[in-house]
Amino acid sequence: MTPVIDVAQARKDAEPIEKNDVVFDIQKLTASYGKQPAISDVDLEIYRNVITAVIGPSGCGKSTFIRCLNRMNDLVPGARIEGKILYQGDDLYASGVDPVEVRRRIGMVFQKANPFPKSIYDNVAWGPRVLGMRKDLDGRVEKALRGAALWDEVKDRLKKNALSLSGGQQQRLCIARAIAVEPDVLLLDEPASALDPIATSAIEELMHELKRDYTLVIVTHNMQQAARVADMTAFFSLDVDESRRTGVLVEYDGTAKIFTNPGDKRTEDYVTGRFG
Amino acid sequence: MSRYRRRRIVNRLMEVIATVAALVAVAVLAIVVVSVAKRAAGAISWDFFTKPQALFGQPGGGIANALVGTVLLVLMAGAMALPVGVLTAIYLTEFAPRRVAVPIQVVIDVLAGLPTIVIGIFVYALLVIGHTQSGIAGAFALAIIMLPLIARATQEVLLLVPSTLREASLALGVRRWRTVLGVILPTSVGGILTGTVLAVARAAGETAPLLFTSSIFANTVQTDVTKPLPNIPVLIFTYSEQPDPALHEQQRSS
Repeated sequence: MTPVIDVAQARKDAEPIEKNDVVFDIQKLTASYGKQPAISDVDLEIYRNVITAVIGPSGCGKSTFIRCLNRMNDLVPGARIEGKILYQGDDLYASGVDPVEVRRRIGMVFQKANPFPKSIYDNVAWGPRVLGMRKDLDGRVEKALRGAALWDEVKDRLKKNALSLSGGQQQRLCIARAIAVEPDVLLLDEPASALDPIATSAIEELMHELKRDYTLVIVTHNMQQAARVADMTAFFSLDVDESRRTGVLVEYDGTAKIFTNPGDKRTEDYVTGRFG
Repeated sequence: MSRYRRRRIVNRLMEVIATVAALVAVAVLAIVVVSVAKRAAGAISWDFFTKPQALFGQPGGGIANALVGTVLLVLMAGAMALPVGVLTAIYLTEFAPRRVAVPIQVVIDVLAGLPTIVIGIFVYALLVIGHTQSGIAGAFALAIIMLPLIARATQEVLLLVPSTLREASLALGVRRWRTVLGVILPTSVGGILTGTVLAVARAAGETAPLLFTSSIFANTVQTDVTKPLPNIPVLIFTYSEQPDPALHEQQRSS
């Protein structure tokens, strides 16, 4: 039997990963909801203009982790973090840091496409308009839609309601909306999990394009997807200790290494499908 | 076997009782509407709506003054209650931490359950004693009645807005208030209007608070809100205490 994931093939033409420029330096990150830690003691560096994938079984804290990076977890009552997340050297959780400003620089795309019930144009234009980037709004909207590989499909119906788009188009619209405000980093929380294979491959191609301008972190439970798009892969797993189930970072390395020659038995079990 | 029979009989019985209860409810409404309409038919005419009340003892006259007064009262009450109610609901659903939201919620529910005559007496003590009865006092009392209804209805529709939309907006680095203004309110404006219309309908029919605040009124069309405004509910109440049968007929038409 041939392996399902031909990583060697997928990564054949991948350029070597530039690790000089650290965007996120995560030190001993523990995030809890109430008293129960969801992830504990995560140490990780995320590099500029690199696609970093976060994989792992359900409930291992992948989403919790990524939502710590732009302080979206602040919105969850009872959520707390310990440890440090340095973003370009600055502590994201230092007192005096405005979470709104953090989210402004670190954009996010969610699992379920969530366009506003407005027109396609307004979906993209709303962010820049509210944030005071009103100059050449039309140009900015076009640029964002082109960036999300959606322009050609919607340029004749910008005034139509965004909810009339297909699921894959809606998700690309959400990506366009996120990049319209020109963040530095784009976090994607299982962006293709609700999409069919064609829409998924459109999103994946798009990620390769976006890599040039943005640092991308993608959560996925689809290993093939991680193997196809990511340069670096972090594998999270569940540490079950009596009744406590805590997500931990098991292994973090180049994607090819994780999928072909993992250093940890748990990673190997997971990527070869023997997990459980 | 007998158990089975018993359950079947109980089921049948409850079905009959429920049906009868439903019929009684419909019948009561039907009797009220038919009996009022039958006796009132004679008094309804164009004049009835366009002419003010006739002087005491004279035939004819209408309810124009009360009609105008009621519309004014309800408009003023709505103008007072709508912003406060909607903002309260926004605070409770979007901003307030749980331990603050719960007590406020209880207070609003109590306010909604308060007998309207209590509100009438309260406003009477607050605005009428020492001054005079006035349209403003009446509208204020009605606004207190409308406030919890509007707040409640608005809250319900705000909670229906999917949280993914809030997240989408906040993830763009947009502040909460702009999120509310730009995303949440436009999504729920239809529901807010429905709630407001229901509150207006409820307030328009209130008698008790107006007896204390806006019941000594002139028989002419009156639009000065610092004076008591004539209004339909109080008119109905007053006429019911009059001996003149012609007025009774008019009352039923109202």
